[in-house]
Order: sequence, then structure tokens, then C-alpha cells
Amino acid sequence: MSAPLSSIATTKRVVLFTMVSFITVIIMQSFKTETSLKNDDTKPVKDSIGSVKAFMSVYKVLMSPRCMNCHPSGEAPLQGDDSHIHTMNIKRGTDGKGMYAARCSNCHQNENTAGLHMPPGNPKWGLPPAKMKMVFQGRTPHQLALQILDPKQNGGRTKAQLIDHMANDELVGWGWHPGDGRTLPPMSRSAFVAQVKLWIAKGAYAPSAN
Amino acid sequence: MISLNVNGKQHQIDADPNMPLLWAIRDILGLTGTKYGCGAAQCGACTVHMNGEAVRSCVTKLNRAAGQQIVTIEGLSANNNHPLQLAWNELNVPQCGYCQSGQLMSAAVLLRENLNPTDQDIDDAMSGNICRCGTYQRIRAAIHKAAHIQQEAAKI
Repeated sequence: MSAPLSSIATTKRVVLFTMVSFITVIIMQSFKTETSLKNDDTKPVKDSIGSVKAFMSVYKVLMSPRCMNCHPSGEAPLQGDDSHIHTMNIKRGTDGKGMYAARCSNCHQNENTAGLHMPPGNPKWGLPPAKMKMVFQGRTPHQLALQILDPKQNGGRTKAQLIDHMANDELVGWGWHPGDGRTLPPMSRSAFVAQVKLWIAKGAYAPSAN
Repeated sequence: MISLNVNGKQHQIDADPNMPLLWAIRDILGLTGTKYGCGAAQCGACTVHMNGEAVRSCVTKLNRAAGQQIVTIEGLSANNNHPLQLAWNELNVPQCGYCQSGQLMSAAVLLRENLNPTDQDIDDAMSGNICRCGTYQRIRAAIHKAAHIQQEAAKI
């Protein structure tokens, strides 16, 4: 027994409507998925391999003379691309700004003094203070990553504050404007900050101790 | 014009703000006790006090010194009777003398902040002041003596 013509037409319309609806839902779903991915960007996607790789780039900058010279393992700052101990028996002092007649700002001005072998300068020139030495010199990647993440050893900084320090601190920025005769860190500051952000966004993993 | 306060006297100086303070002190104000040694903050001969700190005047620009309290060797004491000057005289510290005003200005900061400095304290404070004659042992002895003079004076 054949169905009436009107019934066949109704069935066709229902099938067509269902197909259109299905396609529409698929299309909407695909947009929805894209939106969700964008929202998920703010959430860290853990990736230990990518995080460690990013930190190794960060480490190369931190261990360059422009950064490490003022994060020495001893009580004296370092000088030059060979990171020799600062001449004149200069010492850190309690506040990191030197001692007695050998205060940093006695020679180091607010800006670099022009010329080869002249004192570099910045308003914040100095070492970390004696109570928070933030040593870079001699630290392995594993040790330095853990140290930088530890608020008890990094000046009380959160991860967001660490990124801000690397990106915006005036004295950190001096490393990319070191004056005559001093080599630059191995990458630009913006590339460095991008690696810091990547390291933290991917989980802030420390490289293996081995 | 740049306003400079040197040894308690106010001066108006017509000079480039990038001129080293040393040249203003010596060539414009005529205070020649402060010496030019290296011009690179490496030797300490040009040391003067700026707001009490022992700055190197050869690399300190006038625009940094403007409005600050500058003291040169001529203003260290009223009658050359700072305990360090008394000790320096008594022990005949200088040989050629060229570096000695810088040595005295650095030592004065040390003695102000540390009434009884050890040999290590003296090394920490004074190693940036070079003496080509090698009077270091007498400088050290004189700082100890000046500390003693200062302590005795405080008892009176």
C-alpha cells in the first residue's frame, strides 16, 4: 500500500529539515569548539618537555655576564665578559649597594658613562642584598629553576611577578643596553620574556638534576 | 646656570651639565686639592663627598651634583684638624701626596660609619684608592690612629 503524496512530501520536508538542522548544529559546534579553545588559552597546558626547553633558553640569558655578574656566588660583584671578580675589593654590603667609601653609586652613575672600560650605570645599580643573595653563578639549570620559583629565594615573587620583573625591571633591562664594549645577552629581551612566559605557562618545570 | 653647594658655599656655575664635577671644582672654583688621576673612576684621586658619600668626581656629572652638598678636601675640617688629618701628619703618611686627598675623603666616610675599623674594614673601604708610592701600610696605621683620636675626643 503506497503512502499518500502529501505524506511523502511531509516526510521529505522532515528529512530535509533534520539534515539542515544537523548541518547547522555541526557548524555551530565547530565554532563553539574554537571559542572554547580560545578560552582555554588562559589555563596552563602542562608540557614538561616544552617548559624545560623554554627554561634552557632563559638559563642561557641568566648565565650571561650581563645578568650573572651581579648575581655572584661570593660577596664581590663580577666584571667584564670574562666575569672576573670586581677590582678594588668591592663588597656586597648589607643592602647590596657596597660598603663605606666603596658604594656602587660612588662610581656607577644613573646612566652608562661613555667610553670603553668606563663604569656602566643605572639608578638601581647594585647586587641583591645580603639577606636574599639570589645567586646565579655556579647554579645548574635544575638548581636555578627551583631557586627562581621559590619565593623564599627570589625576593618573595609570585610567578606573575617574576614575569613582570624580567619584562619590566629597569636594572634587568640594562642588560640589553650595557654600554660600550660589553656583549649583549644571547637573545633580545622580548624573546627572553617570551621564553620566561612559555616556561611558566607550560608548568614551570625544572630541568632534570642529572 | 648650575647651582652647586661646595664646602657650605653656594655657587652659580655657567657650565655644561655634562661636565665632570672635578673640572668645576678645580678649574672654575679653584679648589685644586682634589686631583685628577685616571678620569675613569679607577683610582680614587678625585674622591669628594656628595651628601656624605665618597663619590668619584671625575665621572660625576654636574647635573648629578647640582643642588647636592659637596665637600672637598678643603672643607673636610675647619682647621685641618680632622682626626684623620692629625693622624696623617703625625705618621707622615704621604710620599708624593698626589692621591692623599682622595685617600682622606674615603677614610673619612669609613670612620664616620665605623668608629673602630678592623684591618679588613679598612681594606673594604680603601681598596679603590690607589697609591703609586705604596703608602698603604701607613694609611692603615693612620686610620687606626685617627679612630683612636676620635674615640678619645668623644670621651671629653
